[in-house]
Amino acid sequence: MSASEDRLKNLLVRGLAGDATAYHGFLKDLSALLRGFLKKRLPRTPDEVEDLVQETLLAIHNQRHTFDASQPLTAWVHAIAKYKLIDSFRRRARSDLLTEPLDDALEVLSTNDADAAEARRDIAKLLDGLPERQRLPIAYMKIEGLSVIETARRTGMSESAVKVAVHRGLKALAAKIRNET
Amino acid sequence: MRTEDLVTMLATGALPVDSGAQARRWTIALAAGAAVATLMMATLLGVRPNLAEDVTVPMFWIKFGFAAWLFLGAFAASSRVGRPGAPFGRLPAALAAPVIAMWVLAAVALANAAPAEREALVLGQTWAECPWRIAAFSAPVFIAALWAMKGLAPTRLRLAGAAAGLLAGAAGAFVYTFHCPELAAPFLGVWYVLGMLIPTAVGALIGPRVLRW
Repeated sequence: MSASEDRLKNLLVRGLAGDATAYHGFLKDLSALLRGFLKKRLPRTPDEVEDLVQETLLAIHNQRHTFDASQPLTAWVHAIAKYKLIDSFRRRARSDLLTEPLDDALEVLSTNDADAAEARRDIAKLLDGLPERQRLPIAYMKIEGLSVIETARRTGMSESAVKVAVHRGLKALAAKIRNET
Repeated sequence: MRTEDLVTMLATGALPVDSGAQARRWTIALAAGAAVATLMMATLLGVRPNLAEDVTVPMFWIKFGFAAWLFLGAFAASSRVGRPGAPFGRLPAALAAPVIAMWVLAAVALANAAPAEREALVLGQTWAECPWRIAAFSAPVFIAALWAMKGLAPTRLRLAGAAAGLLAGAAGAFVYTFHCPELAAPFLGVWYVLGMLIPTAVGALIGPRVLRW
């Protein structure tokens, strides 16, 4: 557990500084840990696990600026994962599914599960539903992998407008996921 | 979209995170909120004409410090409640301390006063308006603080709303000290506290709805 805490924190800190490879490694490892954490807590609805893994990953990405490197990563991830899990219970009004205690923060990094099921919700479809001014910058930058400058040139937007559009678009995507259920 | 592809999408082109953005958001929110509140106080009620005399009275500074301390404490609480998993540490005690200190001062003042004077110490001349005015002057900071909080990631929404409300209430009380003529600790311990609790309660009430993410 502390080994994964240190390793993951290191990857995230580098990722926050702009190292996309380290950040990719962080999200990849994190998705397996989240899957383990959520599978245990949704034993009766395994088909919802992958949706919630994706929703939590997006939430962590969108709120990554709230990570404070002087605090343990585990507490931060656990608080977000628990928040999203409870929020999903509330949305589906099925709080009876809460059979496992949620309060053990250390456990969030204890169960690794690399075996991804199919998500039922298709995030790609929700992305298509975003307004053009957000959808295009995301498609160019995040899917085709173009630079900010190149994206700005293709969309005719300024570089700072591109950055804002990507950020707002991913937040809008999270809101779509939230309102869909 | 598979999770693997989502991970790749999120990581692709991920830019460095601007670590100063949160501090800037709070600065803008609080400066704008406080400016509007001050303007409201100055135009609707006006700064007290004998404020210059008051500054020689210790109780004026105690009142000033009381609001300022709660403001700083509520700000620390707001910025922490907006960070998932951040510990509160001694913050609850730091927030309770000025209120308890004011109540101790109030008890001493009431004990030393003649029984016939006690009612005047508690009610002052403005008890009926005071809490509502503090609540009204807290409105601009309240809106600004909720906006700043929405840029963070509170996982306890009621608490986050209450912290933003207390921050606004303390700002409202601070601004109101420039108009308010009351200097008795029993008055401050009741009506100032009540005034700050109004936005705090409103924040706790609406937090789960407006701060969801």
